[in-house]
Amino acid sequence: MAIDTAIVARIARLARLPIPAQDAAQTAAGLSRVLDLAAQLADAPLDGVEPMAHPHAQTLAWRADAVTESDRADALLALAPDARAGLYAVPKVIG
Amino acid sequence: MASDIAQLAQALRARKISAAESTRQALAAAQARADLNAFVTLDEQAALGAAARADAALAAGDASALAGIPFVHKDIFCTKGMRTTCASRMLENFVPPYDAAVVERLAAHAAVSLGKANMDEFAMGSSNENSFFGAVKNPWDATRVPGGSSGGSAAAVAAGIVPFATGTDTGGSIRQPAAFCGITGLKPTYGRVSRYGMIAYASSLDCAGVLARSAGDCARVFAAMAGHDARDATSVDRPCDDYVGALSTTLQGIKIGVAREYFGAGVEAGVDAATREALREFEKLGATLVDVSLPYAHLAIPAYYVIAPAEASSNLARYDGVRYGHRCADPQSLEDMYARSRGEGFGAEVKRRILVGTYALSAGYYDAYYLRAQRARRVIANDFAEAFKQVDLIAGPTTPTVAFKLGEKTSDPLAMYAADVNTVAVNLAGLPAISIPAGFSENLPVGLQLIAPAFAEARLLATAHQFQLATDWHAREPSA
Amino acid sequence: MSWQPVIGLEIHAQLATASKLFSGASTAYGAEPNTQAALLDVAMPGTLPVPNRAALDKAIAFGLAIHATIARQSIFARKNYFYPDLPKGYQISQYEAPIVGNGTLCVRTDDGRTLEVVIERAHLEEDAGKSLHDAFHAATGLDFNRAGVPLLEIVSKPVLHTAQDAVAYMRAVHTLVRWLGVCDGNMAEGSFRCDANVSVRRAGADKLGTRTEIKNVNSFRFVEKAIEYEIERQIRALENGEAIVQETRLYDAAAHRTLPMRSKEDADDYRYFPDPDLPPLMVTDADIEAVRMALPELPDARRRRYVEALGLPESDAMQLCADKHVADFFEAVLAALPDQAKMCANWVLGEIAAALNAANLSIEASRVSAPALARLLARIADGTISGKIAKDVFAAMWAGEGDADAIVAARGLKQISDTGALESAVDAVIAEFPKQLAEYRAGNDKLLQFFVGQAMKGLRGQGNPQQLNALLREKLK
Repeated sequence: MAIDTAIVARIARLARLPIPAQDAAQTAAGLSRVLDLAAQLADAPLDGVEPMAHPHAQTLAWRADAVTESDRADALLALAPDARAGLYAVPKVIG
Repeated sequence: MASDIAQLAQALRARKISAAESTRQALAAAQARADLNAFVTLDEQAALGAAARADAALAAGDASALAGIPFVHKDIFCTKGMRTTCASRMLENFVPPYDAAVVERLAAHAAVSLGKANMDEFAMGSSNENSFFGAVKNPWDATRVPGGSSGGSAAAVAAGIVPFATGTDTGGSIRQPAAFCGITGLKPTYGRVSRYGMIAYASSLDCAGVLARSAGDCARVFAAMAGHDARDATSVDRPCDDYVGALSTTLQGIKIGVAREYFGAGVEAGVDAATREALREFEKLGATLVDVSLPYAHLAIPAYYVIAPAEASSNLARYDGVRYGHRCADPQSLEDMYARSRGEGFGAEVKRRILVGTYALSAGYYDAYYLRAQRARRVIANDFAEAFKQVDLIAGPTTPTVAFKLGEKTSDPLAMYAADVNTVAVNLAGLPAISIPAGFSENLPVGLQLIAPAFAEARLLATAHQFQLATDWHAREPSA
Repeated sequence: MSWQPVIGLEIHAQLATASKLFSGASTAYGAEPNTQAALLDVAMPGTLPVPNRAALDKAIAFGLAIHATIARQSIFARKNYFYPDLPKGYQISQYEAPIVGNGTLCVRTDDGRTLEVVIERAHLEEDAGKSLHDAFHAATGLDFNRAGVPLLEIVSKPVLHTAQDAVAYMRAVHTLVRWLGVCDGNMAEGSFRCDANVSVRRAGADKLGTRTEIKNVNSFRFVEKAIEYEIERQIRALENGEAIVQETRLYDAAAHRTLPMRSKEDADDYRYFPDPDLPPLMVTDADIEAVRMALPELPDARRRRYVEALGLPESDAMQLCADKHVADFFEAVLAALPDQAKMCANWVLGEIAAALNAANLSIEASRVSAPALARLLARIADGTISGKIAKDVFAAMWAGEGDADAIVAARGLKQISDTGALESAVDAVIAEFPKQLAEYRAGNDKLLQFFVGQAMKGLRGQGNPQQLNALLREKLK
């Protein structure tokens, strides 16, 4: 599977992972190698097989509608790299 | 010190040793084997506090079989007030405000946690070389890897520092290091142990389990860990068996399927020989060996290395430098913050899997990669279902090779991924499996994997236990 | 050459649950920032979603009310994108298999037409947090109280052709979700929001034009204005030979125009896939029946009943059924006066509505309860007081002076039906106004009302109007 540097750039952007331009070709080659593994799936007789997302034929369990959590803003905000006035803070989002 | 739970529990109960003493011994042993780099965090104060509570429980006479037993948690389980790093720079200073279900349950049994074990970053790796805190060394040969991702857990048990450790297994991360380190590792059925508080790598595959010296000890710990938890929607609400009580079940009449695909071209001769010898032992114990085939086994690695990265790419999106974890210095903009925080916080293998997973899910590739891998998952699971119509368990070597050299496979991800060739299918199908010491090759331990149908852990553990009653591979210890 | 606008709406109705869709944090509005953000809501590593049964039941209730298909198996999927107010880096939503599919809502327009609007799907999803861009000088603040609040996204087919029809549809959905109790409908608090997809095409063309999406408009009036503006803008552009750019636009109410949102440097690619933390959502027939049993009579059915069984005019029935609380109030009054549907409707839509409006109260907070109003109306029905006097009594009741009977008694407002008293009042006015009598007898019928008025004045307004009328007609001959 040929992954070119343009695809790497698009994927890296989607994943918010910076790939320095000088590493793009090497990253592309590395990804191609891993994705070559997946190429083995292409040759397998899998058409029409129902995809399997969960290991068991399990159904979703539900909880009752009850408020079970209390305020823990102080403890949680204390973990934040930047918290002010009860809010998490990030560099200004424009627009 | 006593290296297995049964012995130590007896000594604790007889008050021949206190939990505090056994904890101090374990801490000292951990210090003495700092060379293994098996731990990310040791918390003496917390451990001694837990030991004091265990001693009180023991004195009161109502203590669990695990009371006062020292152990370590893989550093993937959230521990309230104790940093939980996932061996990543991203979470280097992350101190969770809550305990994982597994942490709660073992604490309720008064087991004494010494701290947190080293691992591959975010559980992505098969050699424990992908840790922000450095590689872990194999106690049998310090130039070799202990396996991964639960490498610190495996090394700590193999070196006799603690009788057991918790681990997680997404594609072999308990069984493969157990095999490489000559110990016993149980990966339970998906959904049998709560994932609540266990940091996610690939949620539909991740499974908490245990690494210990013997199947009996695994049963004791597993009995404490297992059970329904309403906080995990994939946790299964059905009663647990008496895993310890069932250990005495003999092998009479049991059929063990020998999966020919697990003895494929990549399997070293020494591993092949040791495994086959071990299988003869099962026969002696009354089991019947039956050849079985898992025709889609070859699709397990390709399917796994699409599905796991896809889920990981999404699971790891939360590490954005906003609410916890690493944020880059002096971000110039939101995008700069995202890019540098994630770029600095994640190691190379984690980044590789995020990119692979992002690609596999992205528009235009979803059907050919993610969806196709899900189809492969189905036929792989069906293989097992078919085989289990004929046999009670399936056996094969846990890994194709013994522990390889540090650095030997770091330059080629595919070579590294091949170490999981016999383990990943089990995760895709959500089945329980155990790796038990089955002999040696080149003076390094060989692991035998037994796979059971879903929720048949009692049979799995009993079979392994019966083998261990008849053999002493699991009792071998590396020289310090 | 004329143009046909095509409009589809995506309505986000916040489901009225106590706790969030996947965590036990409160959904109450207006709390201090981040005090209702549980571990899951800030995406603490290791936390897992566990879905709220009440949210599912409310989604099913909505589906049943629009005669939709309720999926026996539906899937929660992850929609992946980065934004600071999206804590997990993905939103749990439904993509390929929504819980509600293919329903229809009958919408009455103001001008009396009926629209059958097809609702393509309605799916469960969690809300994001709130970005406060003006919180700090060079930083955006984030409040995750909203994160994880359950939403039902209701997606219509693009079958609407005017801004007015779009708003009529939106109002009908608003009425319905409130009627069902699945959403409080509070638009100011963001509980009911709307995105509008707008395109225009040549009249008669099959193919849809390029559409734009107007995001997050939070009042009926603004939705109407925004769509109107957008239709005009697109027509103007097309007539000038320009192409419409598929984009997301925001409505600037102050300037009355839509503006493109800052274009993202990269295209969205949400990488939906089934959430591995959440196995398939299975709904059984029994689950659906349980919800169906608990459903209230739906507004359409009730409106039809008011017209057909009670004989109310369509317009009264529509007004009553625009709000379940109003309709329920009406029914409570009607229960005491089963033969007086029209009078009950008149009073609920007239005096009660006006008084509530003046006091800025909702009908649940009415100062005159339904039973109290019924007791007042009973006095009209049994002839104790006239309708006119009743209005004064109502005003006194509203002011808290007590029950209808007590006020009538205290003020001596009991209607005079005694023939002797009425006759002497009639005789007196006939004697007093000979000129008007002559004119009346010469054929000026309109003067009857003059005599009624004068006689009523003599009776201090308490004369029985029907009797008085009859008596005057007789005597004026």
